[in-house]
Amino acid sequence: MALTLADITCEYAEGSPLSYRALESVSLSIEPGELVLLLGPTGSGKTTLLRAAAGLLPSSAGTVEVDGVRIGVRGAQRAAVGMLFQRPESQFFALSVEEDCAFGPRNLGRSDKDARADGRAALAQVGLDPSTFGPREPWTLSGGEARRAALAGVLAMRPRYLLLDEPTAGLDAVGRDSVAAVIERTRHTAGVLVVTHDPDLLIRRADRVLVMSEGRTAFSGDVPAFLAALPALTATGAAEAPEVLRTLMLAERRLGRAGATPTLDVDEAASSLARMCAEGGVPR
Amino acid sequence: MKPISGMGQYVPTDSPLHHLDAAAKIGLAAALTTALFMASGFAGLGVLAAAVAWAVASSRVPLRAVARGLGAVSFVVVFTLLANSLRWEPAVALLRIGPLAVDAAGLRTGAFFAVRILVLVVGTTLLTLTTSPVRLSGGLERVMRPLSWLRVPVGDLAMTLTIALRFIPTTAEEAERIVMAQQARGAVFDKGGPIRRARAYAPVLVPLFFQLFRRADALATAMEARCYRGTEGRTRMREERMRGVDWLVMLGLGAALVAVGWFL
Amino acid sequence: MLEFAEVSFAYPTATAPALDGVSFSLEPGQLLVVVGANGSGKSTLARLCDGLLTPGGGRVLVDGLDTADVSLVWDIRVKVGMVFQDPDDQIVGTTVDDDCAFGPENLGLPPEEIVARVAEALTSVGMDGLERREPHLLSEGQKQRLAIAGALAMGPRYLVFDEPSAMLDPAGRRSAIAIIERLAHEQGHGVLLVSHDAADVARADRALALSGGCVVFEGAPEDLLADAALLRACGLATGSMGVLGERLRALGLAVPVGALEAESVVDALWP
Repeated sequence: MALTLADITCEYAEGSPLSYRALESVSLSIEPGELVLLLGPTGSGKTTLLRAAAGLLPSSAGTVEVDGVRIGVRGAQRAAVGMLFQRPESQFFALSVEEDCAFGPRNLGRSDKDARADGRAALAQVGLDPSTFGPREPWTLSGGEARRAALAGVLAMRPRYLLLDEPTAGLDAVGRDSVAAVIERTRHTAGVLVVTHDPDLLIRRADRVLVMSEGRTAFSGDVPAFLAALPALTATGAAEAPEVLRTLMLAERRLGRAGATPTLDVDEAASSLARMCAEGGVPR
Repeated sequence: MKPISGMGQYVPTDSPLHHLDAAAKIGLAAALTTALFMASGFAGLGVLAAAVAWAVASSRVPLRAVARGLGAVSFVVVFTLLANSLRWEPAVALLRIGPLAVDAAGLRTGAFFAVRILVLVVGTTLLTLTTSPVRLSGGLERVMRPLSWLRVPVGDLAMTLTIALRFIPTTAEEAERIVMAQQARGAVFDKGGPIRRARAYAPVLVPLFFQLFRRADALATAMEARCYRGTEGRTRMREERMRGVDWLVMLGLGAALVAVGWFL
Repeated sequence: MLEFAEVSFAYPTATAPALDGVSFSLEPGQLLVVVGANGSGKSTLARLCDGLLTPGGGRVLVDGLDTADVSLVWDIRVKVGMVFQDPDDQIVGTTVDDDCAFGPENLGLPPEEIVARVAEALTSVGMDGLERREPHLLSEGQKQRLAIAGALAMGPRYLVFDEPSAMLDPAGRRSAIAIIERLAHEQGHGVLLVSHDAADVARADRALALSGGCVVFEGAPEDLLADAALLRACGLATGSMGVLGERLRALGLAVPVGALEAESVVDALWP
């Protein structure tokens, strides 16, 4: 059981003078229950990869398989892979939140009653009380609420794999935390792939990290390996370090030394910094 | 951020035609159109076609880009050719297909109109192929300026055109994202009859219009904050003017084109 | 000086006022950060600064000019530049330099002066060399810097930013805030920054917190950052860097409350 992308290459405007290669032989696999972070600078191909994984791009080369079945443009696999686009609250079209959430299940052929029930269940799953929020007009919701309602619209289809494109972008700290909490809960029912620019988001909970740079894979591995690779990845601009770790790295650079274990643990980072101070490090 | 390619889109090669003032090019396009409709025979049409072919060659725009513009009107050209050349059971014919037939006179008429459309389309596409959108809207504004004596709000129209040009790529991206987001939620856009397809697009149009109106409102606020209050008292950073050479080329070539149409 | 005196404002259809008795002032060269949860009145406050909205009660004065006086509105808008959250909502031109020229063109300046102002504004946000680029081919960070340049080209004394970094990635955000800080502290603009990023608060000279349209805090940024409950109520969080600062202080190291970025912590430890 897995969502597998093998050797995906994608080129826009192929054959024309404006052609440009968005993805170059990228491979990726997610299993149900896994949380994978997809990092990389703007324009590195993250969104294109996500769209390919959802079967929305006729990729120039490579294969996408869902649980051993090749994904196509047909509706059948749509049920298995859900995708949340950037700024999803700008895509609401129904007059009520509940109606919007029922759109996906209804497209999958579920009855009107079942589709509504799925929508309401998904609203509860994202922490929005269905009887309070269900009847509301989508554009009256606050930032964090709207983002979660849009997520419910995808979850209502009960996907086995969930692809999220910058799910917390533009939200304040409270909204961001509420969305992160929903993502953490969702991984128990689905494999989750999250594209984010926020290196602190979910990094403590992730199973694996994939870093893209200029359409290629710059790094793929588990979180400890990612942290170890960060000095090299930040040097090329492929990835941003979580702020606590960036502090440690900056201190080491300032003192002209290396060696502290890369960590996300705040206590450990604090004692490392204190040790550096105590050892009388002098900035270069 | 993928490049959007379309019919007649600006190709930034470097040529004398690119350097010619936009207003002069608009004038020449108008002269070409006039000449084409005045020309009464193949001789005149031939000279005008040759002039346009020479302009295409000197513009250094790849022929593929010119051809893309033709693709869209090929149906009209073929239809014109057939509609004019087919006769019902004529006495003399070059080719018979059942009761329908092609005769020499019909073929001549059909070919004449078809070539006229071809030359017209290539000539006007060349205008947009060699002129950047900014220059084009600036040129249009100057060409239309006399209309402001008739109280036509020329400046506001030009500003509207500029904003439309600015927001085409942004809106296209937005529409693409909405369509894909709904496809990801199981919506199907490419199945069923025309009515079913049109209905499938309704959920796309709602958020798209919603976004457009929201953006229009935000943009109006931002323009007000930057002191936009209509075009009165407004200056331009690049106040382009017709140079002597632009006048010379426009009047000289324009007169020549019209003369060809008049006499041939 | 940009001054709010007991300003109230209510939208025509709303039951509760969006702002209620707000007073503060902003001097040139000063960076004032305004925080508050959704619906606290931050954006309304920003739009009152240059007469896009006019107060229902109280007065907004820009260098002594009253925004309620219709005849002064264009003078006021030249003095106060605005930058909004989504750069795509404010870029008008089809190329970078044409957009930047939009404001000066509206002021009716002679072409030579517009060219000079555009060049200066684009340089000061680090956009040289991109003059002929079309806006849709810019990154979000570049678009936001273009929006800043567009406001700067008007030659304003005050700049109002309404959550300018909400759409940006970390690198874009750092570069935007660095520009904003420089505009206040080096180029002497009075800057009002609406934000929901705790790190922005730390860089400000003064902080103002709104809740339900009323000022619930005005004072030093460190004092706001030290009040966890108030921060949370304003939709802000100091996150793991806040915790790191606490741990370091517990270990006896002199790290200020406002040190929420790698640079500021390291600078505090090794001055």
